[in-house]
Amino acid sequence: MVDIFGIPSTALFGQLLIGLINGSFYALLSLGLAVIFGMLNIINFTHGAQYMMGAFAAFLLLQYTGLGYWLALIVAPILVGIVGMIIERTMLQWLYKLDHLYGLLLTFGLALIIEGLARNYYGSAGLPYQMPEALVGGYDLGFMRLPIYRAWVIAASLMVCLATWFVIERTKLGSYLRAATENPTLVSAFGIDVPRMITLTYGFGVGLAAFAGVMAAPIYNVSPQMGSELIIVVFAVVVIGGMGSILGAVVTGFGLGVIEGLTKVFFPEASNTVIFVIMAIVLLVRPAGLFGRRP
Amino acid sequence: MERADPAPVATSITAVPVTSGRDWSEPIAFLLMVAALVIAPVYVYPLFVMQALCFALFACAFNLLIGYGGLLSFGHALYFGWASYLAAHAAKVWGFPPELAILTGTLTAAGLGLIAGSLAIRRQGIYFAMITLALAQMMYFFALQAKFTGGEDGIQAVPRGTLFGLVDLNDPMNMYVTVLAIFLAGFLLIHRIIHSPFGEVLKAIRENESRAISLGYKTERYKLVAFVLSAALAGVAGSTKAIVLQIASLTDVNWPMSGEVVLMALVGGLGTVFGPVVGAFIIIAMQTYLAQVGQWVTVIQGAIFVLWITVTHCPTCAR
Repeated sequence: MVDIFGIPSTALFGQLLIGLINGSFYALLSLGLAVIFGMLNIINFTHGAQYMMGAFAAFLLLQYTGLGYWLALIVAPILVGIVGMIIERTMLQWLYKLDHLYGLLLTFGLALIIEGLARNYYGSAGLPYQMPEALVGGYDLGFMRLPIYRAWVIAASLMVCLATWFVIERTKLGSYLRAATENPTLVSAFGIDVPRMITLTYGFGVGLAAFAGVMAAPIYNVSPQMGSELIIVVFAVVVIGGMGSILGAVVTGFGLGVIEGLTKVFFPEASNTVIFVIMAIVLLVRPAGLFGRRP
Repeated sequence: MERADPAPVATSITAVPVTSGRDWSEPIAFLLMVAALVIAPVYVYPLFVMQALCFALFACAFNLLIGYGGLLSFGHALYFGWASYLAAHAAKVWGFPPELAILTGTLTAAGLGLIAGSLAIRRQGIYFAMITLALAQMMYFFALQAKFTGGEDGIQAVPRGTLFGLVDLNDPMNMYVTVLAIFLAGFLLIHRIIHSPFGEVLKAIRENESRAISLGYKTERYKLVAFVLSAALAGVAGSTKAIVLQIASLTDVNWPMSGEVVLMALVGGLGTVFGPVVGAFIIIAMQTYLAQVGQWVTVIQGAIFVLWITVTHCPTCAR
């Protein structure tokens, strides 16, 4: 047993791993928020509820159709994304020209409805979700034991984040998207259906949240309130990183997850609050956020 | 993915027509409200009215910020809840009389408002809301972990005590009159602030901050003062609530409370003088009388948010 700063290395690496797991959820969720904010000019308060819906969708798919984890990983985000697109078409689309606060309040209301309904039908206690067979167990790395599922979560979310970055920054579709973010009128003049693009963007951002929810299901229990506390932390992550850059969102998400994990080792009392404290410090030193472009 | 410039804001969230000249409708409405509140305990359970009055003051304090300063705080539970904790602690453990307990709570809220406000005003609009929410959540975790707050149990059996060593607040009638007096004093103070030169500058900042800056106003300072005033008044409401209901708990500092006060102001009408009072009574009545349907209250509250925005702002519903 090796000690680092008086802490057993297994404990240190264990918390580091948990930090990376939390970081992957922060990264996926803040990425979705940033993509949605870029196109829709709306802060999607429903994001936490949609993450919860992803987990519930996986649970219900297994319960009623016998669809396992791997298919749920694809089907659940699509289902939740479709629900999101319906919300966008019926409600959000009227708010783009208005003050951002309308979007915040509307999506906050939606989050209350979704969470309230889930709690009505499934209670506040968590529902367990089985880990897929293939990912049970762990590797012994010598200095620590690495559970396969946790390694998979980190790898998968990194891949999804990088893929999203690639699509938005390096493909034709992404260039339309970025152009429409800058100047929707001009882009539609080139014959691109901007409203449809906005709808699909919202569906995609929501799908990312649901994807994170499915991945979270085997680690945490599936419960109605799993999203609401997470989303507030993600808001702080977004304030720290700024919503200006995709890689910024990803780096901030993972970085803060790791810092939170380390805090759990060295100063456990502050582990819940460390991200908010960092947010306060960043606001004092760099009000625009680490990757933000304007104050 | 961020826009270089904020999207043109077509309508402020609280567009209130400016009225000029002597308008008697407000004084008359005020007298009617006072009359209704004086006779209310004869017909309605007094504890319900007292609770609603505390929340009404809370909603008015919140409304001062959003309705007149255009600043949406999504973390007002922080000031309400922490004031309530400190007032309860002062009354129960330190043995403070109620007036000093309320003062303690209020000063706590003002201090917290000063810190949170000076951080939050560094960013605008949507970020302002997110920052206030995040800071409130941070202080919620502090309340969860701190010893003196009693964690999940909260601070229970807070003594009501004797006001100024003269009035025994254990008598329901005395308590009612005291709460009514505190509410009316807070209400009138807010009314005074709104109609003072300070209030006018605040409204100017809400309508067009850049122009206010170009006219030489230090808008950040005005926003901060408004924030601290709003937090302190929310503190008065929270402290009074702790004395009236004799309990301070985690519910008062958690994020749903912050959402609830937004809802109260919204239902009654943002940027109106009496709106938040009406809104608070509606929401508290809903919670009290719909308590047996449990979680549906949350669903209904959410639905009110959604309906308010879709009905008032979809293009097919003519305005």
